[in-house]
Amino acid sequence: MSKQKLVIIGAGMATGRVLEHLTDSGADGDSGVDWDITLFNAEPRGNYNRIMLSPVLSGEKTYEDIITHDEAWYVERGVTCRFGERVMQIDREAKVVRAPNGDVPYDKLVLGTGSDPFIIPLPGHDLDGVIAYRDLEDTQKMMETGAGKRVVVIGGGLLGLEAAAGMAARGAEVTVVHIMGHLMERQLDEAASYLLKTSLEKKGITIRLMANSTAILGENGHVRALQLDGGEELPCDLLVMAVGIRPSVTLAKDAGLAVGRGVHVDDQLVTSDEDILAVGECVEHDGAVFGLVAPLYDQAKVAAQTLMGQQAVFMQKTLSTKLKVTGCDLFSAGDFAEGEGREDIVFRDPARGIYKRLVIENDTLVGAVMYGDTADGNWFFGLIKDGTDIAEMRETLIFGPAFQGGSPADPLSAVAALPLDAEICGCNGICKGKIVDAIGAGSGDLAAVRATTKASASCGTCTGLVEQLLEVTLGDDYAAPQSAAICGCTDLSHEDVRLLIRTKELKSQPAVWQELGWSTPNGCHVCRPAVNFYLIADWPVEYQDDPQSRFINERKHANIQKDGTFSVVPRMWGGITNAAELRAIADAADKYNVPTVKVTGGQRIDLLGVKGEDLPAMWADLGRAGLVSGHAYSKGLRTVKTCVGTDHCRFGTQDSTGLGIRLERALWGSWTPHKVKLGVSGCPRNCAEATCKDIGIVCVDSGYQIGVGGAAGMDLKEIQRLAEVETEEEAMDVIIAFVQLYREQAKYLDRIYKWIDKVSLDWTRERVVDDIEERAALVARFELSQSIYRRDPWADEAKKAQTKYEPLADLTLEAAE
Amino acid sequence: MNWLDIGAVDDIPLRGARIVKTKAGCVAVFRTDVEEVFAASNTCPHKAGPLAEGIVHGQKVTCPLHNWVFDLNTGKAQGADEGRIDTYPVRIETGRILLDATKLLARQAA
Repeated sequence: MSKQKLVIIGAGMATGRVLEHLTDSGADGDSGVDWDITLFNAEPRGNYNRIMLSPVLSGEKTYEDIITHDEAWYVERGVTCRFGERVMQIDREAKVVRAPNGDVPYDKLVLGTGSDPFIIPLPGHDLDGVIAYRDLEDTQKMMETGAGKRVVVIGGGLLGLEAAAGMAARGAEVTVVHIMGHLMERQLDEAASYLLKTSLEKKGITIRLMANSTAILGENGHVRALQLDGGEELPCDLLVMAVGIRPSVTLAKDAGLAVGRGVHVDDQLVTSDEDILAVGECVEHDGAVFGLVAPLYDQAKVAAQTLMGQQAVFMQKTLSTKLKVTGCDLFSAGDFAEGEGREDIVFRDPARGIYKRLVIENDTLVGAVMYGDTADGNWFFGLIKDGTDIAEMRETLIFGPAFQGGSPADPLSAVAALPLDAEICGCNGICKGKIVDAIGAGSGDLAAVRATTKASASCGTCTGLVEQLLEVTLGDDYAAPQSAAICGCTDLSHEDVRLLIRTKELKSQPAVWQELGWSTPNGCHVCRPAVNFYLIADWPVEYQDDPQSRFINERKHANIQKDGTFSVVPRMWGGITNAAELRAIADAADKYNVPTVKVTGGQRIDLLGVKGEDLPAMWADLGRAGLVSGHAYSKGLRTVKTCVGTDHCRFGTQDSTGLGIRLERALWGSWTPHKVKLGVSGCPRNCAEATCKDIGIVCVDSGYQIGVGGAAGMDLKEIQRLAEVETEEEAMDVIIAFVQLYREQAKYLDRIYKWIDKVSLDWTRERVVDDIEERAALVARFELSQSIYRRDPWADEAKKAQTKYEPLADLTLEAAE
Repeated sequence: MNWLDIGAVDDIPLRGARIVKTKAGCVAVFRTDVEEVFAASNTCPHKAGPLAEGIVHGQKVTCPLHNWVFDLNTGKAQGADEGRIDTYPVRIETGRILLDATKLLARQAA
């Protein structure tokens, strides 16, 4: 029979496979179809293994290594190659492909036009030195950018990170700019992503998350820097955009084929024209487009079979991802996105930097993410693909096929992983090594360790860690009394977590979950607010507050009421207000139909029953009158209640109102383990009820009596005397230092009186009263934190998009079908 | 199925929620992961707490009023608490959230 004319446009990985299937099994073979093949390629070369460009970039392979078909291969199979020639048009009427060096008629046509890199249309994107990461030319440009050069990569996905690692391996100074909060967010969860980031940073790559690019700056037509939205400039000699790909469909579209995001194909890979097939990254099948190699190979096989007249069906399958960066072992497979009735199994080994998470649905595995140890990846992938029933092995599944005898997650591993110079006891400056030595020398229990090293002998918050060190060092010979864990996500106590956040310098929630071996993917409603607070308190500058880890009141800056409405309490500094403020409050009450207006016990006014969506507008109105949030909803400074002091009262000994206002101005906005209320009374008659506040100051002729640890809630407590000072200045410093010590040391949700019961009042007095240097250091740390947090959240929220407070959609007007 | 586009995935903060108003009451749409959303009744069966205001963790939400925890897959209250919230089919397509409004609209037509 006469030869059929087949034209293939694009020499990529998919069409390369089509050629192999056709020429190896088809020509003169069973199918009886003999092909006269012409292969077009816009790149001036034939088929090569594009996914191996990253090893070429990093120098682990050469271009020659990744050529899949050389010239001899094409000659042998009689394939006419038209490389370096871009097809201009497909004339479906005449069944001819039009190209610069002459037209070629076809009986069957295969489109393999692949995809184009997506270029963000930033100002300056057309400058010299701005490239995508797509083909060999791009790779060569990156390979030329070696030692001493600066590179910025936009995009923290698979391709961007491979580009970054490749150039870093060649000595370039690389920064990755990623718009999302974690790397490879489509494939990895935060914990795996955190480990990946840590490994890349060890390779000298700088990672900038939540970074929004605004412009590419040039000089003499060449890229000079990338500008971020804060105005910051990242200087660079080369800028690589790796933010995604789009199916290349222009040719198909111009030819009038059905095109959506990609060229539409059916299960046989046939387009809307029965003589034209399409494979690879240019196609859209059943709503999906493709970027990984496995489905492309499946498509190639089905397309070849279709051409040969055989029955074949292309089916979309579960995919797995690996990152081709040496030393970054990650694996991600399956689907985390849809489905009901799911359950997670999480395994973390902080000491070895391992994280594994399995997603199970109806006794089958549907997804897996792994970092650090991916040896079992393919086994898990097999279980996912085959839909194997895992009910029998559920308990041990996470340990992989070799389990049977594997050890469960070790709650002590976080402590075991600490370096010997890690500080355990902050009070006495005792590091792990010293304690381990003491244990080795015979100190076999807590009392002995305290006696020989002084560790845990002062405030006692590190007791849990010392117990764990005893357990790690002595093994089964020591049974540590279990301190209460924060929640079911961890075996560690609040105190342990606080200390480890500091010792191990953990500065993000995913870092805490991973390094301290959390057993859940992202904590729970008990641990998340606590960890969020600890990170704010210890790393005020580095850590970014996470509103989603806060209780609703602190997320929406208002107190939720039993009917779902909110209460709004503006701050009245030291209980002082004026006619203008009162008028603004009255106007707001009218405008937003506030049903109840009440005077609080903390000397201010509460507007109760405000609708959630009205909050930002109401705050903006109040803000115009100079009113700010009263934080009546926060674990932070609430009010400073004062009496009128020397200004009006005939008994007043000091300016209690003035001191109250000063204290409130200094302390407001700071986050604390629990709420903090202050009172300042101008004389021992105590009209401000200072003696039942968390911190109460009673003015006397000789100065100021500072008491702490009062409460008038479920427990009624009278303050205990912390210090008596002569000047207002000293009173300010002692109180601020005390608040900072509370912020740094106390367990989340312990009021001051509960905390003092644990560490003792004397211990706090030594630090904030007796030790002048320590007091100054505490004040300095408080000021650093307040440089970020001493601001009005209402003003910030009112300025931001109001959407957070509004419904996402309103379907009440939608008609039924 | 009657899939309605109710907004973009990125309109909901990660581990957050937003509500959708319907004649059958408010539906809360929870974003539990970058590419994972759930839809359920916004009303806690205990004391009618607004669940969209709760803390979202794993595939669960904790009611802001009295800390009842619900599995968003099944709608069942966890632990010692007994109760259930209605769940609704929802999916993500190219960054948009599609909610199946069959049940929600049917009820209003009736």
